[in-house]
Amino acid sequence: MTTTPSEQGVQAQGVSLGMPQLPAPDYPDDVRARLEADAREVIARYPDSRSALLPLLHLVQSEEGHVTRTGMQFCADMLDLTTAEVTAVATFYTMYRRKPSGDYQVGVCTNTLCAVMGGDAIFEALQDHLGVGNGETTDDGKVTLEHIECNAACDFAPVVMVNWEFFDNQTVDTAKRLVDDLRAGAQVEPTRGAPLCTFKETARVLAGFPDERPGAVEAGGSAGPASLIGLRLAKGEMTPARVVHPRGSGGPQDQPPAEHLSSHDAPQQTSASDPAHPAGPVSEEEGE
Amino acid sequence: MTLAAEIKDTGPEKLLAPVLSAFWDEDKSWTLDVYRRHDGYEGLRKALAMSPDDLIAYVKDSGLRGRGGAGFPTGMKWQFIPQGDGKPHYLVVNADESEPGTCKDIPLLFANPHSLIEGIVIACYAIRSSHAFIYLRGEVVPVLRRLHEAVREAYAAGYLGENILGSGLDLQVTVHAGAGAYICGEETALLDSLEGRRGQPRLRPPFPAVAGLYACPTVVNNVESIASVPAILHKGKEWFRSMGSEKSPGFTLYSLSGHVARPGQYEGPLGITLRQLLDMSGGMRPGHRLKFWTPGGSSTPMFTDEHLDVPLDYEGVAAAGSMLGTKALQCFDETTCVVRAVTRWTEFYAHESCGKCTPCREGTYWLVQLLRDIEAGKGVMSDLDKLNDIADNINGKSFCALGDGAASPIFSSLKYFREEYEEHITGRGCPFDPAKSTVWADKDKHAEVNA
Repeated sequence: MTTTPSEQGVQAQGVSLGMPQLPAPDYPDDVRARLEADAREVIARYPDSRSALLPLLHLVQSEEGHVTRTGMQFCADMLDLTTAEVTAVATFYTMYRRKPSGDYQVGVCTNTLCAVMGGDAIFEALQDHLGVGNGETTDDGKVTLEHIECNAACDFAPVVMVNWEFFDNQTVDTAKRLVDDLRAGAQVEPTRGAPLCTFKETARVLAGFPDERPGAVEAGGSAGPASLIGLRLAKGEMTPARVVHPRGSGGPQDQPPAEHLSSHDAPQQTSASDPAHPAGPVSEEEGE
Repeated sequence: MTLAAEIKDTGPEKLLAPVLSAFWDEDKSWTLDVYRRHDGYEGLRKALAMSPDDLIAYVKDSGLRGRGGAGFPTGMKWQFIPQGDGKPHYLVVNADESEPGTCKDIPLLFANPHSLIEGIVIACYAIRSSHAFIYLRGEVVPVLRRLHEAVREAYAAGYLGENILGSGLDLQVTVHAGAGAYICGEETALLDSLEGRRGQPRLRPPFPAVAGLYACPTVVNNVESIASVPAILHKGKEWFRSMGSEKSPGFTLYSLSGHVARPGQYEGPLGITLRQLLDMSGGMRPGHRLKFWTPGGSSTPMFTDEHLDVPLDYEGVAAAGSMLGTKALQCFDETTCVVRAVTRWTEFYAHESCGKCTPCREGTYWLVQLLRDIEAGKGVMSDLDKLNDIADNINGKSFCALGDGAASPIFSSLKYFREEYEEHITGRGCPFDPAKSTVWADKDKHAEVNA
């Protein structure tokens, strides 16, 4: 198709006349050769090559930090698909970023349980603290903030994910310190998971290439404290039915030890927050 | 401790039954060495000594039912795979755990991935499959690392690969990371996603057992279902049936979360009650009472404190008007606004609706608009009937169960808490202070008192 000079003039003013975009620029030869070798390895895992599309989108994201038109063209070439087919998939899944974003993706769970337990407060505080909104990146290019859906760690609520590593039992203060550390370049350790790497490096693991860093697999221990509660009770290692601090050991770093020496912590006879409906703790009185 | 003595008959030692979680407290519990020290891969040896058909019958007789929500008998799913059809068969493990409140498979895979790998080998031997896939949601990279490592170890030890333990079974396992889409937990959407497409559910029939992955016979099982199989083989179906009830036998992971004293994983026989779990774990947080809870994630109709003694098995929960689901026991106390909770869940369903069918795509959108207005005090009384009406037009009329799930919190909250909705309308706003629901609310209060 040809374009008349007048049409070009209108497009230059930002009004699209539905003309197709120029083809995406290709990767530099060395990058393309490297990615092709990786892509072939991924494709070989599947009986049908198209199954490799999700991992390949993670792979191109590991190259550029987000899924570019170049990346999508690359996927289409490797899998013999059209760019429309690739775009349809890339835009369906939330983990594919479609614009340049930060080294650290900070996701605050604001699904109901985490939101109620403090996730909403944390997300609001981080927006203020960082001066960015949902899906936006700090000026230094370090942190992209977003709210996320349930990340399967409800017994550690409220949860914050950074590059899809778990930061359990967060508070407004711990979350603020976390993003400050990320922006200052300090090494940050998740509560469960490996020492943080960049978003690009994480994307490569998602593409199916094991994390080769020494100690990455064992980091975080066997299980988080909440995961072990039932086991410890069953083994008689914890006294049952005694009201203790909900988080036990291993909670947020800034919290005091899980000791309650104050009488305020004894179960109250009535619920202070709900005087119209007095009731003791459920374990003793509720029901019937 | 006298308290311990008081509850000796119903103490945690008797009520709980850690199987999959039995050694999560050991150093490097995720490794092959530790797994083998706990009888790992012994179930596989027993399975390989049986004929595949006998193995399927054995798992069927054990009564194991799907732990991903629907509760379909696992052995029956395996039996549906046509044999001698000349097509490849596939096992796809659904590790896309994303149902709000659900947090069992992720800690299981983090601490004990080999139970899944062993279960996969057993299942593939039964259904005559030589290629299995683990579809793990992408947002859990620590678990992905452990799965990569567990698969590597299993290949190196000869539990995967060619001629496994001399049985003639060849098996390849591919770990596949998703990319963020709740709908991919729906088994046919998962298959489309695994084929490199948008994750949208397929019309059934044909069922995956006949035309699943690449249009070949496919079993799709939840992580916990498959991971439970090795113990059944090793310790016997009678042992398994000694737990739980006739129709809901065995052990399972209950995930307690929310305003409880000790949130966490509690593995026990099916049929335990929330009251028992709360009793042993210290109840709700001090000074508060249970207001509403979900038995199995946000898609299962909510319960109140009237339902504390409902046996948490498939029949018990169904008889009380909900579903066992994923056993995600999200507990909310009296500081929590039910309208806020339901609004947020509904926003989730609207966000995650794949867009394929109209009732779900449009219905969830309009539910959100109405709920946001009500929560903000801008609703009118007729909105409540409208909510019910829209939910009714989604429930059972959508392409897949996501729509039914979206309707559940609406129906159940209107049933138990209609007055609270009305309060939002007549009071022109939310009567709750969200600060009081936070996990640190009471601590702040104490700090002030102590200061």
